[in-house]
Amino acid sequence: MNFLTSLADRDRVFDFLVPVDSPVDVRHGPILYLEDVTVSFDGFRAIDRLNLTIDDGELRCIIGPNGAGKTTMMDIITGKTRPDTGRVWFGSRHDLLTMNEPQIASLGIGRKFQKPTTFEALSVFENLELAMAADKRILPTLTARTSGEIRERIEEVLTTIGLVELRHRPAGILSHGQKQWLEIGMLLMQRPRLLLVDEPVAGMTEQEMERTAELLTGLAGKQSVVVVEHDMGFVRSIARTVTVLHQGSVLAEGSMNQVSMDPRVVEVYLGAEADEEVA
Amino acid sequence: MLASRSWLSRPLHERSTRLFLGVLLASLAVVTLLNLALPAGHTLHVSTYTVTLLGKYLCYALLAVAVDLVWGYLGILSLGHGAFFALGGYAMGMYLMRQIGDRGVYGHPVLPDFMVFLDWQSLPWYWHGFDMAWFAFLMVLLAPGLLALVFGFLAFRSRVTGVYLSIITQALTFALMLAFFRNEMGFGGNNGLTDFKELLGVDLTDDATRLGLFLATGVALALGYLLCRAIVASKLGRVCVATRDAEARTRFLGYRVERFQLFVFVVSAMLAGVAGALYVPQVGIINPGEFSPIFSIEIVLWVALGGRGTLYGAVIGALLVNYAKTVFTGVMPDAWLFALGGLFVLVTVLLPRGIAGLLAYRRPRRAAPDPSTTPREASA
Repeated sequence: MNFLTSLADRDRVFDFLVPVDSPVDVRHGPILYLEDVTVSFDGFRAIDRLNLTIDDGELRCIIGPNGAGKTTMMDIITGKTRPDTGRVWFGSRHDLLTMNEPQIASLGIGRKFQKPTTFEALSVFENLELAMAADKRILPTLTARTSGEIRERIEEVLTTIGLVELRHRPAGILSHGQKQWLEIGMLLMQRPRLLLVDEPVAGMTEQEMERTAELLTGLAGKQSVVVVEHDMGFVRSIARTVTVLHQGSVLAEGSMNQVSMDPRVVEVYLGAEADEEVA
Repeated sequence: MLASRSWLSRPLHERSTRLFLGVLLASLAVVTLLNLALPAGHTLHVSTYTVTLLGKYLCYALLAVAVDLVWGYLGILSLGHGAFFALGGYAMGMYLMRQIGDRGVYGHPVLPDFMVFLDWQSLPWYWHGFDMAWFAFLMVLLAPGLLALVFGFLAFRSRVTGVYLSIITQALTFALMLAFFRNEMGFGGNNGLTDFKELLGVDLTDDATRLGLFLATGVALALGYLLCRAIVASKLGRVCVATRDAEARTRFLGYRVERFQLFVFVVSAMLAGVAGALYVPQVGIINPGEFSPIFSIEIVLWVALGGRGTLYGAVIGALLVNYAKTVFTGVMPDAWLFALGGLFVLVTVLLPRGIAGLLAYRRPRRAAPDPSTTPREASA
């Protein structure tokens, strides 16, 4: 009977009637919702009953020791790995577990890998141009013109990532940090709703880290950003909310101060560093 | 800045393209003038023999441009472009054979001499239509284009690239050479197609025809260069360079890489076919030797010497090497291969970016260097 009344409910749109490419529904707040997700590799539980909610426009840092399941979690969100059980929703309309990688990418989930790969022989500007969401079949690409609108969009992203002056230089001459920013810029050209950023400051200098922190905090609000990072100083400088993963599930969640006070967190992760700071 | 221009006319606004076209067209005019205006005994007179020789070099230059398009910009080292060149040449050769009519040695009204010699009674089906110029000229484009389409579709779909692709292209041209050597194929076997008389109704031995063919080749080179330039200067060209340097990343951005590779490969094969078609009436013969793997490798050497990924470098390389070849094989025939090998070693060691790299080095660097001048070696 309940089922029949639910069918008669006029406010509700049936899931199977909603086209896959319809816009993300974030009216209820969260843009990403993981519930009871479990993944095992050969009996080893990489993710164990993980629950995680990211709000629209939020900047979230995920920390945790090696093997805590950070990368596996990213793989699940982007469709690279399928969980054994659990639910993963993008907004309240899109069930990510029913989609493949390209579909998820076109929904607006962009992922930046650890190692930056830019097109070194092409200029910074051209790198961004290629990354832009556009008709990517052969003839439209051959006859494509760089219109004023496209130019403006590229300039906008160039300003965001701070590479305006280098726009006509080949990407090959950029420093490691600049390449990371260009990579983030290439993601931004696709206008993602959610950015997954894997270890953005690995191998960066102090100044580059500061600049990256500004960049990521500037993005939050317009996009939702999830950062996986090892560097505690960096996390402290950008995080509003921190999630600590341990053995595949959430150990603690809250502000950096709350989290670093938590005795369990100190024990499994911050211990070493806390000792260092005391010393 | 580029917004108001169509992709095809875009290269006409580039300084380097204008310079290239200017030099090419001026050279054509000078050679024509020296050939026509000066008496045969004059020191500056360019003989018709030399004009035809230059025409042959220009065919090679167009072929080199076609190879540079796929190698320099797409990172696909084709060691079988001689096959497309030869197919275009055979299409033209078949037309020229049909033009002979009953003036052959055996005087048969339809069958070419070699078929009469083999005691064939009728024309094989694939020789029909080649008495019509439009059909033959269409085949000059379609025969190499279709081969490239099928070959490229299979290769790129299976993501065969790098050394493996190079080896398969060698096998392709070698297999075709063996096939065309057989008399049963109906392409004249070992001797190929020769003894041509007329092209479009004009006598091939005529001085005016020879000059006309030379000029036609020059114009074809100019147009082919413009087409390639238009492709590499478009967004598609940048996708090609992106594919060359980081194929997986390009795919990740949403480009169907294998389709882009196939498109450019087919365009390049067709250009090679045109070069072959212009080559045949000028040298007067086409035989399976053009399919030989060595020839295809030699083309790549021209491009490497001239400078890969610049297009004009390919032209310079083809002209210089073939001129050197003419001189050397005249003076010391046995030393030519050693000279070619030595030249290649020298250029690789001293000028890794070829002669074009030397030119680019001497020129003051612009604010936005041409991305194509720094091809990565990894994909070779």
